[in-house]
Amino acid sequence: MRGRLIWRVARLVERREETPTARTLLFQVPGWPGHLAGQHIDIRLTAADGYSTQRSYSLAAPPDEDRVELTVQQVPDGEVSPYLTQVLGIGDPVEIRGPVGGWFVWRPTATEPVLLVAGGSGIVPLMAMVRARQAAGSRIPFRLIYSVRTPQEIYYAAELRRGAPGLDVTYLYTRVAPEEVTRPPGRISVYDVNTHGWPAEFEPTCYVCGPTGFVETVADILVALGHDPRRIKTERFGPTGG
Amino acid sequence: MTEGYAGLGGYDGYGYDGYEDGNALAGPLREIFTVDVTAATCRCVSCGRTGEVATLRVYRHAPGLVARCPGCDAVVLRLTRAPHAAWLDLKGTTALRIPMSEDAVSV
Amino acid sequence: MGIVSPGFQGRPRRGDTRLPPGQYLTEGFPVLSAGPTPRIPTDRWEFVITTETGQEYRWSWADLMALPSETPTVDIHCVTKWSKLGTIWQGVSLDTLFTEVDSAADFALVHSYGGYTTNLPLEDLLDGQAWIAYRYEGEALAPEHGGPARLLVPHLYFWKSAKWVRGIQLLLTDEPGFWETAGYHNYGDPWREQRYQGD
Repeated sequence: MRGRLIWRVARLVERREETPTARTLLFQVPGWPGHLAGQHIDIRLTAADGYSTQRSYSLAAPPDEDRVELTVQQVPDGEVSPYLTQVLGIGDPVEIRGPVGGWFVWRPTATEPVLLVAGGSGIVPLMAMVRARQAAGSRIPFRLIYSVRTPQEIYYAAELRRGAPGLDVTYLYTRVAPEEVTRPPGRISVYDVNTHGWPAEFEPTCYVCGPTGFVETVADILVALGHDPRRIKTERFGPTGG
Repeated sequence: MTEGYAGLGGYDGYGYDGYEDGNALAGPLREIFTVDVTAATCRCVSCGRTGEVATLRVYRHAPGLVARCPGCDAVVLRLTRAPHAAWLDLKGTTALRIPMSEDAVSV
Repeated sequence: MGIVSPGFQGRPRRGDTRLPPGQYLTEGFPVLSAGPTPRIPTDRWEFVITTETGQEYRWSWADLMALPSETPTVDIHCVTKWSKLGTIWQGVSLDTLFTEVDSAADFALVHSYGGYTTNLPLEDLLDGQAWIAYRYEGEALAPEHGGPARLLVPHLYFWKSAKWVRGIQLLLTDEPGFWETAGYHNYGDPWREQRYQGD
């Protein structure tokens, strides 16, 4: 798969509810070359009069032949997300370009422990990494810190509850926490990362994804805790990415 | 007739006064280069900061992308996409170091 | 044209016979930015016209406010295909500012706070075609839309209406600005659909 990337026709095969406002979409993309966890795709929609627009979405799962999985958050007044989550029909086409991104990726051949810090929909590429680890039978220790507003907004809730050996998951709630949780709702703090992340001496690779403000806060915290900035990889979504 | 580039994570608003990071350049640059360029390192001609293209601050001005140095805000890279051509301006950086061999992403 | 996704409408838009080719009407006022928004307090603001001989003509904010202003109602056309009709501005006509300026130059390079530039023939700034605008729809121009003041040259694509304007440099030879050196058309007439170089 060399040469410049082109737009490929992708057809919707399945749509699943992740939360009341988020859907996982499974597309069939003939000729899909495969991808790495952390990469994303660009999607292009064209209306009947020729008007078109593009968005980018992270791949939510490792490659499965010609199947590509995305999780899309429905944004109020959005141009594309209401269409993808509610209107696009099974068998209908969109155009996809990818996979793209070579920096914010995790390969099962990497040997360092991994810290994943997700803010809202920033969980998507990190879940691809969790799933890639599982698919590869990897024993690399993973810690996931997942910040959400309320428990109802957790993506992949059942799968994360089931867990996996060597994967530790901590949920941080910013608005409403379940009764049994002692931590009061609030934004991620130094204490949270220090308690639930890896110590800097373990030299983990850290992946942080979510809205810009969240990513900057967490990256600053990690540096303050002694992590080498070269081992911190970030992916910022726009303001409604969280 | 594209509206141009749009942000990662499915950011679905129409323009906002902020920036994303250079991961958003991956697709547009992959239309031009046959390897991923976001993992390449670049050096800002203004302040000398060196970092991956993925760490640049990307401002969307569809149909042009402007990538600025996170240290000093100087323009490092610009990419404009018209129907029959792309313009890539790299005069804000001295050179790109593009990882090859086993470090490179092969898809 | 890409493959059509059934049922995809896209952002509300309408064609209209009053629009230049390829444009759609929009209700909102999209913010498109190539960098961080400059924040210029009016007590620091200054506008300078520099002629080809280096002669400078300066106006402070107070100077600008003291000049006769106009309230042009104009249609604006963005190169990203969005247009707004009948937008109401308040500003000082460039004809007023150029009254005292002595120049033989044919070209202008407009400079903005934050480093943005755009170029156009001097004659396109005169004869009631351009303003330094500081109010939009009855309110002070917001920073994200180019406030405290922006150039308004509605007969060209809106990237020529430089936000956060700080000065105009008059030149004997044309010097392409920020987007003109990145593939945008040097002149930018929406009625001839001059979006990109070579159009």
